[in-house]
Amino acid sequence: MDPTIRPVIEVKGLDLEYDDYVVMKNLNFSVNKGDIFIVMGVSGCGKSTLLKSMIGLKEPSRGKVLFYGKSFWDEDENGQQNIMRRFGVLYQSGALWSSLTVGENVALPLQLYTKLSGEQIQEIVALKLSLVGLEGHEDFFPLGISGGMCKRVSLARAMALDPDIIFFDEPSSGLDPINARILDDLILELRDGLGATIVVITHELASIFAIGNNSVFLDETSKTIIATGDPKVLLANSKDPRVIQFLTRGGRKDDQKSQ
Amino acid sequence: MGKLSFDYSIPKTLLIKLSGDWHMSAGLISESEVTSQLVSHPDIVQINFSVSEDLKWDSGLISFLLRLIRECGQKNIQVALKELPQGAQKLLALALKVHEKTALPQKAHKSFFEEIGQKALQVDEGLRQALDFLGDIAFSLSRLIRGKVFFRWDDFMLLIKRCGADTLMLVSLISLLVGMILSFVGSIQLKMFGAQIFVADIVAIGMVRVLSAVMTGIIVSGRIGASFAAELGMMQANEEIDALKTLGVSPVEFLVVPRVLALVIMMPLLTIYADLMGLLGGFLISIWMLHLNSVEYINNTQHAVTLNFVWIGLVHSFVFGVIIAVAGCLRGMQCERNAAGVGKATTSAVVTAITGIVIATAIITFMCQILGV
Repeated sequence: MDPTIRPVIEVKGLDLEYDDYVVMKNLNFSVNKGDIFIVMGVSGCGKSTLLKSMIGLKEPSRGKVLFYGKSFWDEDENGQQNIMRRFGVLYQSGALWSSLTVGENVALPLQLYTKLSGEQIQEIVALKLSLVGLEGHEDFFPLGISGGMCKRVSLARAMALDPDIIFFDEPSSGLDPINARILDDLILELRDGLGATIVVITHELASIFAIGNNSVFLDETSKTIIATGDPKVLLANSKDPRVIQFLTRGGRKDDQKSQ
Repeated sequence: MGKLSFDYSIPKTLLIKLSGDWHMSAGLISESEVTSQLVSHPDIVQINFSVSEDLKWDSGLISFLLRLIRECGQKNIQVALKELPQGAQKLLALALKVHEKTALPQKAHKSFFEEIGQKALQVDEGLRQALDFLGDIAFSLSRLIRGKVFFRWDDFMLLIKRCGADTLMLVSLISLLVGMILSFVGSIQLKMFGAQIFVADIVAIGMVRVLSAVMTGIIVSGRIGASFAAELGMMQANEEIDALKTLGVSPVEFLVVPRVLALVIMMPLLTIYADLMGLLGGFLISIWMLHLNSVEYINNTQHAVTLNFVWIGLVHSFVFGVIIAVAGCLRGMQCERNAAGVGKATTSAVVTAITGIVIATAIITFMCQILGV
């Protein structure tokens, strides 16, 4: 890696707390361009809280989140808005606006932040939906489509403005293995197509090994990062029993390798 | 802005050179320039691309290429994508992949009379559901009396607090102001006959007999009825009510009955409190602004308020309590399982409750007239 190239995201000395309860402390890691970066850890360890502080929903108690060298939480409102426009988020539940159709859900960011005409917006909406395999579904309401489709529409909405960074919060949750795999493949294809940097919050082992090329492991007990690197390398080389236990579903390394 | 230039050096092949800024923020570029080239050179059977170093692109370029590919498909012209940026090739491949289409539900066209008929049937259905719900509540109450219901007293006491103590400030303010308004409005007419002291009678009878109960009913329907509907609606949306059913617990017994009981108990108490605040409002205005004698005012008030009037006010408030609680809980239980559904349920609960309050007031007033009370 060229040391002169600045990482897309840098997290420096981040402490996350709810009132007096410490969720995570002293988090340090960086995400490079084109990475599919996995934030993993057991349920309730603080992965989603970390995501919230990275996407501007929860201010950290201490520390910085830098996007292209700019500290998000030190920026004024305009600066934060400018940073936010460079990333898209796929929420765990899909978070589609239920009163809007699929097409309107994807169109809204374009209506808000571009000067495209109504017809041009429809064209981009059709393109985004075709990228996630849902061409012709513009007139459906979120309640009329399956959970897997909702996730894909949410992804189309997240990438409506061609963001540089896409955050995924538990993308496979609530999906069957086939749909989870389709979404994983889509993440890989979109990373290659859009050249986007992708941050995935997950504890799904299949997804972690299928798509991740870099990761951090958050530990619930020590409340900090205890391992970083390619998940496959971590599985092969890590000596930490907590990491091994997680990456092998509580079993032994041999179990995972034999699969 | 994105630029196009054309090269015909290879026979029957159009080479399109892409350069400049093709970001969609700069606006989408039309394929008409290419189409006109194809019209003026009908021998073209293949399109190739070359990209310049200054090419910047995003979905704007992809949408242009997609339009062009579809146009060329109709004219049997081959489009070679291999010189395009790698990312663009991958996105095009993804966008052109044929996916299984889900059939859109067909909207059946209905005639005007069909629409009216359907609405009429919905009214009937709505009434039937409301009566079913009332029946369920009555049945659950009988089970509660027989001690066969799992009743959480802690929750019930919290509901009592929410319906009563938490609403007091609002009831105080509104009742005080209504008493003041009555006093002012009454004095305008009575002054002409030199009978200003009868302001006390107007305020006392008006507040105690009906107005306190109606105003309290309206406040409570906005504050408590709406919150019941939103609460139960969210529980419906989150499948919490399904979880109760599968546990063998009747949601009416567990969720609705405590709410109805709490409101039916607290509404008469709130109304008595509103009576007092209304009388106080009338008294303050009469003494300070209309300069009436305070002892005389109190005497007139005592003569005007009979026990019958207090009972009539309490009957109003009891009926309103039932209407507000049932409307709130019914709309909550009927809520669609989404955010918009919760909003609709809340609005509908308030509208139903206020309409019910006005209709009930008319009926009770009419019955009092017949009974001569």
